[in-house]
Amino acid sequence: MAEISVRAGGAAGDGIASVGEVVSRSFSRLGLNVFGLNAYQSVIRGGHVWFQARASREPVHSQGDRVDVLYALNRETVDIHGPQLAKGAAVVFDPEKFSVAAGDLPAGVAPVAIPTLELARKYTTQSILQNAAGLGATAFLSGIPLETLQTVLADSFGRKKGEIVDWNLGAAADGYAYARSHASASDRAVGPTGPAKLLLAGNSAIALGAAAAGVKFLAQYPMTPASSIMHWMAAHSQALGVVVKQAEDELAAINMAIGASYAGVRSMTATSGGGFALMVEALGMAGMTEVPLVVVESQRSGPSTGLPTKTEQGDLNMMLGAGQGEFPRAILAPSDALEAFQLTIRAFELAEAWQTPILVASDLHLSESYMTIDRDAISLDVDVPSLFQVEPNGHDFKRYAYTESGVSPRSLPGQPGLQYVAGSDEHDEKGHLLSDVRAGVPAWVAERNRMMEKRMRKLEGLRAAIDAPVLEGPADADLTLVAWGSTIGAARDALGLLAAQGRSVNLLAVRAVYPIRPEAFTGPLGHAKRTLLVEANFSGQFGRLLRAETGLYLPDRLLKYDGEPFYPAEIAGRAVEVLSHGG
Amino acid sequence: MAGSSAQVPSVVGTPLPLVGKSTTKPTWCPGCGDYGVVAAVEMAVKRLKIPSHNVVIVSGIGCSSNLPHFLSSYGFHAIHGRSIPVAEGVRWANHGLTVLATGGDGDGFGIGAGHFVHAMRRNVDLTYVTMDNQIYGLTTGQASPTSMMGQKTKSTPTGVIENPLDPIALALACGATYIARGFSGDVKQMADLIAGGIQHKGFSFVDALSPCVTYNKINTFDWFRQRVYKLDAAGHDPTDIHKAWEKALEWGDRIPTGLFYTVDRPTYEDLEEVLAAGPLALQPAGLRGKDRLLDEFI
Repeated sequence: MAEISVRAGGAAGDGIASVGEVVSRSFSRLGLNVFGLNAYQSVIRGGHVWFQARASREPVHSQGDRVDVLYALNRETVDIHGPQLAKGAAVVFDPEKFSVAAGDLPAGVAPVAIPTLELARKYTTQSILQNAAGLGATAFLSGIPLETLQTVLADSFGRKKGEIVDWNLGAAADGYAYARSHASASDRAVGPTGPAKLLLAGNSAIALGAAAAGVKFLAQYPMTPASSIMHWMAAHSQALGVVVKQAEDELAAINMAIGASYAGVRSMTATSGGGFALMVEALGMAGMTEVPLVVVESQRSGPSTGLPTKTEQGDLNMMLGAGQGEFPRAILAPSDALEAFQLTIRAFELAEAWQTPILVASDLHLSESYMTIDRDAISLDVDVPSLFQVEPNGHDFKRYAYTESGVSPRSLPGQPGLQYVAGSDEHDEKGHLLSDVRAGVPAWVAERNRMMEKRMRKLEGLRAAIDAPVLEGPADADLTLVAWGSTIGAARDALGLLAAQGRSVNLLAVRAVYPIRPEAFTGPLGHAKRTLLVEANFSGQFGRLLRAETGLYLPDRLLKYDGEPFYPAEIAGRAVEVLSHGG
Repeated sequence: MAGSSAQVPSVVGTPLPLVGKSTTKPTWCPGCGDYGVVAAVEMAVKRLKIPSHNVVIVSGIGCSSNLPHFLSSYGFHAIHGRSIPVAEGVRWANHGLTVLATGGDGDGFGIGAGHFVHAMRRNVDLTYVTMDNQIYGLTTGQASPTSMMGQKTKSTPTGVIENPLDPIALALACGATYIARGFSGDVKQMADLIAGGIQHKGFSFVDALSPCVTYNKINTFDWFRQRVYKLDAAGHDPTDIHKAWEKALEWGDRIPTGLFYTVDRPTYEDLEEVLAAGPLALQPAGLRGKDRLLDEFI
């Protein structure tokens, strides 16, 4: 497989994320498939952060397992990542800052000393340009042509012109030239392969999908790793005509979104687990008042504040159970940027069709990793039907009319003759309360049942509407991996590793997590010879859901809750274990 | 776009009806102060001749929050404490609508206090009427944020030991641009204050002293009648913020009612540039033909 992985590491504040993004984008411009992982901590300065850009001619679905070029901004980076370097790898460092001897590194790994600070001083006394020089050297070693790097660098300054841009381009050229005359490029370097691809973080793909689906209102409270959805939308607010409201808290955010949706615009909110916990009561109100709503829940390590900058799939139980009482909902879990775009659109369609909240379950790994999408694979031509669908009829409007599907006609404030009160209390077809003087009176007890059953019929509609899981890989495999959401990526890469070892393994990739259509699972899993459940949480929350809904029990598991993303090799390793030792 | 507040045709030949009573009768206790408030809301909106389909009344939870059910406008009877954010969302989705939020003192100053504070500082153009009875009524009589020191309630059998919140002073501190206090015993004044609030561009707050006849035996109609006096009759200048502060802090033997303070300041909707193109609900949605947006990801 023609692929190369470049890692950059240093302290927060060293500009590692920018370096990683420039390297990733250089690769995507060359037409390569890219996966970029940004690993950081909950500090603004200091600590240890790193970024991995993996590029290949073949599709890549995770950060992979190796490092071919390491750009180290401090000695700690060498100490932390050095042991993982493979034979043939190179370590770029500045000897003015610290030294790296060949003996400090695994056999076959070459230290490549680049005087980044000295090269930068040609332009300015400030150390700010050292990364441009370092990027130049890293690009040479990684097979990125200088002009590609320079174009990406220049673009990263936007419309800005002037000496700071020129200095950066100059320092990059100098770093590139210095590396060329003192080292040789990695023999894993991959050349240009085709037209440039789109490179998006998962959250950008979610925001773009929302915009394509016609979102007009986003209310959000800052919380890692969901914040960048708001950042993207805010930056495009005026161009796209989307009102972006940073609310005073998550309670306000979801209630604002519900109010806006009730009044006739497609609305959403986004948060992480802590914020979602605050939204729970209002989520039920959206269910009760039958207001369409999209909520993005980008999970991070819990419980409580947990590991705010680390990933987990630990909120599934909460998403399933959020809200007192019962109301219809669906949970969609995209596995990559393209699906984040597509499933966010789908979430809006489902929310509107079924007049109920739909959750998009992301996590830090999906939200903040960078992934490529073929330019032709994405279309912004999404049909956005008008919300004004009920004709005024003058009188006797039944907003919550009993229907076979459970979906009732919905009027919007401003439409004459169709006034109603959307109530969080139980109500009759016209929205009149059942909760006070009618509560417990036999005729209205029956009415409560009818209204509850009407709403819950929508869950059956959703169950029939959502996508079945997809079996990837050989049909008659010895082992079937089961994964949902962002974990699908590394699991899919593991299939490749296992196939290369002659193992017959396939993957049941679950993107519509709830509601479960039992036959969609009992089919493929009922025939599986063995299974391995792979989830990023402690207790196997999806496994439990699957058992509850289908009776299928998946005894063999790979559960991870250390905050780190899955690596293909660890999934492949566990798969081999299950295959060889029976679990 | 199939229709809108501006584009939906009226039923031919009939004038669009104004807000009136709905078919649902109020379920408040006989003598409850909230009857005066719903009457005042109805009078105010009628007087301004805003058709009922262009009015949205949002409430939270509590006795007083049942109010939207009793009028013929659109309504949203939300969860406890969240009337304001829901109302804000309605307003931003369609600022062609007249939006009121109503509720009680527990709903607005207790569980919903955070939203109250921020709605005022952002000067969103809605009218917020609190039916302030200084007690939790629907939960059968616990202390509220405006219960007076020493008041004995089910949750404070030996008396309240927290200072009551002063809604008028809080509104002044937070930058509300129309701040008034009404009294259920004077429906005409209350209607004037609410109508003024609806006409005012910006966050209008009307604290409606609305006695609970069942659970608050201290702050009764008589208790208020002995104390209230009208600010306008007393020559108060509602454009003077220093005088407004002075009056806001007055509570005890004499309780001022009327308009404490008003000022013109741009509303949130004025400053949100996306809304300059008209109500959001009527603006085009989606990204059709905007493929160039993808260039930033190349």
